[in-house]
Amino acid sequence: MQGVRRDRGAALTAIAQSAAPARPSRIGGWDSSWILWILIIAVLLFLVVSPFVHLVLTSFQAEKTGEFTLKNYAAAYGRARYVEALFNSLKLGAGAALLAGALAVPLAWGVSRTNMPGRGFVRMLVLATFITPPYTGAVAWILLAGPNAGWLNRIYVMLTGAEAGPFNIYSFPGLVVVIALYSFPYIFIFTSAALELVSSEMEDAANILGAGAWRTMRKITLPLALPAILGGLIICFLEAIALFASPAMIAIPARFNVVTTQLFQFFGNPSRVEVAAAYAMPLLGVTVLLVLVQRLITRRKGFATLTGKGGERRPIDLGGWRWAIFGYAMLVAALSVFLPYIFLVQAAFAKAWGRGFALDNFSFQNFHFVLFEHATAAKSVWNAFLFGGAAATLGVIITLGVAYIVARKLVPFAGFLGFLCVAPFVIPGVVLAIGFYAAYAPPPLALYGTATILILAFTTRFLPIGYVNASAAIRSINPEMEEAVRVLGGSRLTALRRVVAPLLKRNLLGAWLLIFIPATRELSSAIFLYGPNTKVVSVMIFDMSEEGNFEYLAALALLLQMLTLPMLYIGQRALGRDFMLRRNAT
Amino acid sequence: MSKLVLKGIGKNFGNFQAVDDFSLEMKKGEFVSLLGPSGCGKTTTLRMIAGFMPPTAGTIEVDGQAISSPSGVVPPERRRMSMIFQSYAIWPNMTVGENVGFGLEVRKLARAEVARRVDRILEVVQMGALKGRYPSELSGGQQQRVALARAIVVEPEVLLLDEPLSNLDANLREEMRFEIRRLHDEFKITTVYVTHDQSEAMVTSDRIVVMNKGRIEQIDAPHVLYGKPRSRFVAGFIGRTNFVERDGGTYSLRPQAIGLSVNKPSANGVEAEIVDRAYLGEHWDYQVKPLGEARPLRVSSAPNAIFQLNQRVWLEIDPAAMVRVEG
Repeated sequence: MQGVRRDRGAALTAIAQSAAPARPSRIGGWDSSWILWILIIAVLLFLVVSPFVHLVLTSFQAEKTGEFTLKNYAAAYGRARYVEALFNSLKLGAGAALLAGALAVPLAWGVSRTNMPGRGFVRMLVLATFITPPYTGAVAWILLAGPNAGWLNRIYVMLTGAEAGPFNIYSFPGLVVVIALYSFPYIFIFTSAALELVSSEMEDAANILGAGAWRTMRKITLPLALPAILGGLIICFLEAIALFASPAMIAIPARFNVVTTQLFQFFGNPSRVEVAAAYAMPLLGVTVLLVLVQRLITRRKGFATLTGKGGERRPIDLGGWRWAIFGYAMLVAALSVFLPYIFLVQAAFAKAWGRGFALDNFSFQNFHFVLFEHATAAKSVWNAFLFGGAAATLGVIITLGVAYIVARKLVPFAGFLGFLCVAPFVIPGVVLAIGFYAAYAPPPLALYGTATILILAFTTRFLPIGYVNASAAIRSINPEMEEAVRVLGGSRLTALRRVVAPLLKRNLLGAWLLIFIPATRELSSAIFLYGPNTKVVSVMIFDMSEEGNFEYLAALALLLQMLTLPMLYIGQRALGRDFMLRRNAT
Repeated sequence: MSKLVLKGIGKNFGNFQAVDDFSLEMKKGEFVSLLGPSGCGKTTTLRMIAGFMPPTAGTIEVDGQAISSPSGVVPPERRRMSMIFQSYAIWPNMTVGENVGFGLEVRKLARAEVARRVDRILEVVQMGALKGRYPSELSGGQQQRVALARAIVVEPEVLLLDEPLSNLDANLREEMRFEIRRLHDEFKITTVYVTHDQSEAMVTSDRIVVMNKGRIEQIDAPHVLYGKPRSRFVAGFIGRTNFVERDGGTYSLRPQAIGLSVNKPSANGVEAEIVDRAYLGEHWDYQVKPLGEARPLRVSSAPNAIFQLNQRVWLEIDPAAMVRVEG
């Protein structure tokens, strides 16, 4: 550590002055880049380790005294309805994942492996679904399938003359449908990625032995993609049980609870963080377990064969059936995109959404109101973009640094840093928020309600996305590129600045967008951490739904979607059309 | 005084001894190759000279100053060396001119001076017209020339080359060998060249260090290595040879050193039989078995020396061409 200090000026006089023969400066010794590495380690401890440790500790601490106690657990699981909420979450996850699988797999197969018409269009619609925040989807479905007033019910009544429509979104099946409709893109992404790796030769081999197209698909193609499908189902399940918005909008009026809504109630007045922490443990445990299972499944032999080079991939000719599968894709799109957006737009431009499409019901007033009149709505959009931008910037810097350290093995146990970066993947947003609250709400930091805590929580939440992208990017750079800089007299930081960073520009922009876009719409961690001045648009929309202001809400939700479009455009220009629908985007 | 001195350098990775007791002294302006099969420790040695890796034993000195020892190393950026990499490592985000000027810029030379030197060196490597191009617009050979120019333009204390020609096709490789030697003759930079290709080493080098399993087998000028190999490994690795066991020792006998004729020679004749032959254009490659011996000898003969399979012939062996080798 007491080695010779290095600075750029000294580089010129290199060897002659470097050191006495007995004591050259130390290997990889103490230079400015090491300070950066230590900083990164400190940041990771702060972002990932400390909230997690505090979450666990808090669950064992008495509220005021901080003494060790098991009472929080007794309180958290002491009532039948608390335990019931846990099981509701499991049922919800399973139902949503299975339904999402039924929606996604045929679409993925149609798009990736067949001559279904409009494949690009279907892919675009899946993307549109993917970038629709769950709460926006939930609100749209309240407009569509609310009892009595919902549009589907009104259309049903109009067509059949019945007294009431059959649809009620405020029910367990209703919640399952809404969640499945907006999480099926995960399964789509996993499945189509796998299917695109199945070579036509494998299918040809089955054909030549006498199997027809359908049999080949059933016996060869689908089994090969099965690990990926299962992986997608698990991700979907985890997404569903960790989701806060849709259950809060639908389950609470329907008078049942799931884990996340129950957590929110523990967190409300009077706030019982300790009990919430104890209650969060099963959610955390199930997530950790299933992520491990998912890793195991997708690493199995069957999946490994998919990574072979395996020849060209021709689309399968479905004949007339291609219209059938296209029809199915359009049905799915109608439920997830067309109908919801039609009625969101209607509500956004309506004086009162229930009055329908009449011309005298048309108005820009809602947009004017949320943009210029409402006290905090416009600011909440600004906040979301500001915090999202800050989180994305921080996340990219941190993960790039860690990915670099790991790839170049600059410090001992570098792999552990990489592990810390992907660890938040197993921490649901609500649980993360409770950890952040437990760690940083009390003095001395007292960050509750500040922009800082929201930015840091968002950063942590999306570190895994950043890391996966950053490390793929770093691995694509030959270390000799940097060694060439150093041999010519540049420091490691010069190499980073002059060579690595310029070469990674596109990838880093992509990683930034992949964090930024979901961060601008993040609700499940924000809802636990925001303050009066730091309300973000997702929280704003959630509040409006509680107040029943669906016209303002629809206008605000559409504004958020419009503002996302330029980001998508930039991302697609920089990284290709499918940059959000790739596996390292999830 | 010697320019570059390696004293008892060793490097182990866990239990694996990659380099063991490597000692070498190089004069200023000398061109030395490290030659050996893959995994012999030559690249590891080069990377220790560059400062990318600390040795686990020994010291490296430049101009009498220690720059590497197990207790620490001067980092690569302060050694005033240059290196040419197997992948060339031409930065794709910079033009040819920017690549070549980078080292000068880091040395804080005035912009006009940088431009002047870049132009000059690009002329030397015949790349003057391509200064504004990006690397992706260049052929492999042109990238190689950019790498050479980039390394030489800073007038390094020591130039290191790590298998620089292994990614080029055969014709270009041959051309670049002479190019590298020409540049060395022009700039007289002390050079360490790592290769597994013996003809590359022989064309370019003043001396060759033959390495095997982390150890030095022999250090000598190319013609000495060929003519007087010290070990069985060197004799077998540099060119082709026959090993003859005699008087309890092993001798190397080059295929070119054996005469072949139908008539019994005046002295040192051995009667033998042709057991196999191949015509390679520049010479005949015969397998000739001395009568009563189990193993055939390999003999190279001029294209016009034609013998048939199973033909009885006489071998003429000059005892002075038999070189005793160890191992």
